[in-house]
Amino acid sequence: MARTVIPFGPQHPVLPEPIHLKLVVEDEIVQEAIPALGYVHRGLEMLAQKRDFHQMVQVVERICGICSMIHSLCYCQGIEEMMGIEVPRRARLLRTLWSELHRSHSHLLWLGLFADSFGFESLFMQLWRIRERILDLNEATAGNRVIVSVNVIGGVRAEISEEQQRWILGEMAGFERDMNRIRSTLLEDYTVKSRTVGKGVLTREMAYELGAAGPVLRGSGIAQDMRQLGYAAYGDLDFEPVVEAAGDAYARCKVRFGEVMQSIRLVRQILGELAKETDPALAAKVKGRPEGEVVCRVEQPRGECLYYLKGSGKPQLDRVRVRTPTFANVPPLLAMLPGVELADVPVLVLSIDPCISCTER
Amino acid sequence: MFRMTLNVLRNLFTPKATRLYPARVREPFAGYRGQLEIHIEDCIFCGLCARKCPALCIAVDIKTGKWECDPFACVYCGICADHCPTDALFFADRHRAPAEKHSLMSYTGQPPKKKEKSVAATAGSEAPANRKSAPAD
Ligand code: SF4
Ligand code: SF4
Repeated sequence: MARTVIPFGPQHPVLPEPIHLKLVVEDEIVQEAIPALGYVHRGLEMLAQKRDFHQMVQVVERICGICSMIHSLCYCQGIEEMMGIEVPRRARLLRTLWSELHRSHSHLLWLGLFADSFGFESLFMQLWRIRERILDLNEATAGNRVIVSVNVIGGVRAEISEEQQRWILGEMAGFERDMNRIRSTLLEDYTVKSRTVGKGVLTREMAYELGAAGPVLRGSGIAQDMRQLGYAAYGDLDFEPVVEAAGDAYARCKVRFGEVMQSIRLVRQILGELAKETDPALAAKVKGRPEGEVVCRVEQPRGECLYYLKGSGKPQLDRVRVRTPTFANVPPLLAMLPGVELADVPVLVLSIDPCISCTER
Repeated sequence: MFRMTLNVLRNLFTPKATRLYPARVREPFAGYRGQLEIHIEDCIFCGLCARKCPALCIAVDIKTGKWECDPFACVYCGICADHCPTDALFFADRHRAPAEKHSLMSYTGQPPKKKEKSVAATAGSEAPANRKSAPAD
């Protein structure tokens, strides 16, 4: 049978964002996948040389439409490290809280899209219905559903009142109940398992060598999570990375489900710590201009994100370089595709949780 | 089969997750950044909002007393309202209505009479290098 090249994307029903894969197919079995990126490049890194470093917080926040808050968190932490700013503990706790809310709504979005990729529409709708709870929390506490804009250099801009904290706790209970109710369908349903178990296996060695990040890495049995570095307030919290050994699409789904449940526990821990925190300070004073070089790493829902910042005492930074998790997960994706059936390609492409606008910035 | 019947019954008696938009609209939460507005009579034309805005979408002219904002470039971050010394800028909690044509929010007010400080009040969108560094407070 002759080889055929089938284009996948940039417009495809399962893809929320444009990525193009040339699939070399023989008998409906993929032999090779050749990627093409660059459809949504916006040149946001270049803006660093035009906007001053305070304004860049809002710019980097718009690199990604889903984990926006964690981008600005990473950027602010980098600048704070460069300028030696001590962030008040309350601000660090609040940053951690919002970053966990972002993680859970991002994973819920993904779980829904994943269900959609194998045609399970009602599961998709249920998961997105649950996600609304988190978006409401964001809107009520920070003024916007996704791009919360809470980070500033030195701390945060918004406070969560005690009444809101109690409400968040109540919502977490409802959220957990919803998730437990959906667990058996998502993780044990025959249709879900038949489309995901054993598909796109990435072994532990491959994941390590290809530099996978986040749930893709942890789904292959490597317990690495940047939150263990203890940035923001993670050092004070008690958690273990969620790990699965199988390395297939199902394992990656299980890791993300486990991380949503972990986020619920973390939010409860953070609210407990917030209640004990007596210092009401939300932001430290910022004096001077950033000078030097710094590399800052955080764990985004999709994996490790790395910022390189360079300043030379000017209001504008010399360089902002962002390495996003999807960029790291493209080589593992290309390694998973050979040998799978054409019909499984959409499921596998989604299984890395591609965020293309992040990758291309 | 038993679980399915239970589910069907439960869904029959639980309220709908969706609402009949636009007939029923959820009330926005307090503090929602819906639409940027200005009380022009409170504005002192200090130009702080124009200098802090990350989208460079505000232009303030202290001489003519003109305050302009391009709502299509605004990203609704709320930085300008945070920095406004007189709280002339604020956010209404409803969305901007969709528009067919590009239009500017343009207001004219009374610039302060005495000019003891010379504030570079025009939004220098072309020359960001001239802007002073922005110490956050
Ligand atoms: S909300 Fe943000 S983008 Fe809009 S005018 Fe104010 S500072 Fe500029
Ligand atoms: S910061 Fe406030 S007072 Fe100053 S120019 Fe802007 S709107 Fe007017």
